[in-house]
Amino acid sequence: MKCQQCDNPAVFHITELEAGSVREVHLCEEHARTYLNQAEDEAGESAKAAGKGGALSTPLGVGEIADDLAALDKRCCDMCGITFFEFRNQGRLGCPHDYVQFERELEPLIANIHGATEHTGRRPTRPGVGGEAPGGTDALSAVIGMRRDMREAISREDYEAAKEARDAIRGLEEAWMPGGRGGASSPSTEGQP
Amino acid sequence: MRIDTLTDTIGEWLRGTGPESDIVMSSRVRLARNLAQFPFVSRATDQDRAEIERVLRERISGVPVGRGLDYIDVGRLEEVDRRFLVERQLISREHADAQGARGVAIDGAEQVSLMINEEDHLRIQCLHSGLDLRGAWEQIKIVDDQVERVVPYAFHPRWGYLTACPTNVGTGIRVSVMLHLPALVITRQIDKVFRSLHKISLAVRGLYGEGSQAMGDFYQISNQTTLGRTEEELVQQVADVVPVLIDYERRAREFLVRETQQNVHDQVSRAYGILRTAQTITNEETMQLLSRVRMGVLLGLIGDVKIADINSLLMRTQPAHLRKLCGSDGAGADDIERARYLRQHFEGGDASTRAAAN
Ligand SMILES: [Zn+2]
Ligand SMILES: [Zn+2]
Repeated sequence: MKCQQCDNPAVFHITELEAGSVREVHLCEEHARTYLNQAEDEAGESAKAAGKGGALSTPLGVGEIADDLAALDKRCCDMCGITFFEFRNQGRLGCPHDYVQFERELEPLIANIHGATEHTGRRPTRPGVGGEAPGGTDALSAVIGMRRDMREAISREDYEAAKEARDAIRGLEEAWMPGGRGGASSPSTEGQP
Repeated sequence: MRIDTLTDTIGEWLRGTGPESDIVMSSRVRLARNLAQFPFVSRATDQDRAEIERVLRERISGVPVGRGLDYIDVGRLEEVDRRFLVERQLISREHADAQGARGVAIDGAEQVSLMINEEDHLRIQCLHSGLDLRGAWEQIKIVDDQVERVVPYAFHPRWGYLTACPTNVGTGIRVSVMLHLPALVITRQIDKVFRSLHKISLAVRGLYGEGSQAMGDFYQISNQTTLGRTEEELVQQVADVVPVLIDYERRAREFLVRETQQNVHDQVSRAYGILRTAQTITNEETMQLLSRVRMGVLLGLIGDVKIADINSLLMRTQPAHLRKLCGSDGAGADDIERARYLRQHFEGGDASTRAAAN
């Protein structure tokens, strides 16, 4: 049996129970990983929603502080999807945008490690890139989220959306890294059924 | 590039020359860098990793370093070849043990290496012989500038160069020297020295051993913080402490010769004797004995051995080097091969040790 998203053999056979109906998904290893990562993110979202409801229904006190911490831990990066909890467990951040997304949370941690919170060393010298821009290269890191959007679009077979995402990625990459062959993963090589 | 071409040579940094090379084995500077448009390695998909590897490999290949860079696809190497690169300090243990697409670009002199998909997308390292932090920094700065011209490094005006672990953020720089401190170990002053280094936030770890357990009295001193000071200040922080440590070690060596002449001469001679005659010997014991012989040579207690030879043996008697040199493969046979290799090596030279006092 072939993977539903590419020509590789399907090695994962996942049974989904949705609103009473049963749906089967057949995927190669790579697409199964992407698929399951998405499922995990969705689970994170619903857990977050449940946590909020819980905080409202309990009286103020210790429980609320714990819930605040839990809510903070579940906040996730818009680009790579890592939660602050995952970062605290692994000690490794998910993507460059985390330094923007979690700036407030990271500040005391970084101050503790380095005894400082401002970079005073060298800066990128490429004209028009990094150095003077207020967000540094954060605008380019949006590509990380776009690539996730593209893969999601592919997995739900929305090739129009996937193509739009791909073109947006290529545009950004070409602007920041002229010379082509930038590194956008093309949906045409990845996911046509 | 074929790994086998490396077995005939030793890295430039091991040639045993350069300022203060009786105590300072090597000087190293490394920079951690990431591409802005990809997740960090630990969160990258296999596809992301392959893309990062491709983009960096292609773009780095055009960067002019020395006589040019050779690229090694680490992901496709056999285990023994990966260990071999670790022993040569061209890649890290983490890089060797990692999964997925990854590689390293190395210049002909083995002074510059660029690791792709280690903990960060790119780790640039410059390794010089002896005490030459300034030279290593000047060289890596140029390589870094050249790579930066062709790829967008993740950078934030406040946090500096962005890294997978916040302990490297800012400059992304790690400045280190590898020191041979046998006399401070013998005179039991080494712990005191390290406690004072920790107070000024410098890290100390053994060279080949796990954690802080040093093998063969080799220690690496490095900066711990990377944010809030310039690269020059961080280079200087390590550079400032080295002359002090050199002075301590020299004085400890003088003390040993002056106060325990007979004792230290005996230790050194026995170490030399075992290396020349043993029938089976572990990596650990070899390191320990070579360390003592190295000190003996520097103190004038052994006359017929060159420091460059000892440095070379320190690397070539490690497991992966030995396997590639001798073609052995079993774990048990390694110790026998190592002893044979050492006997062969010392056979050529005059076996007598010169007594400095006689
Ligand atoms: Zn597939
Ligand atoms: Zn992120």
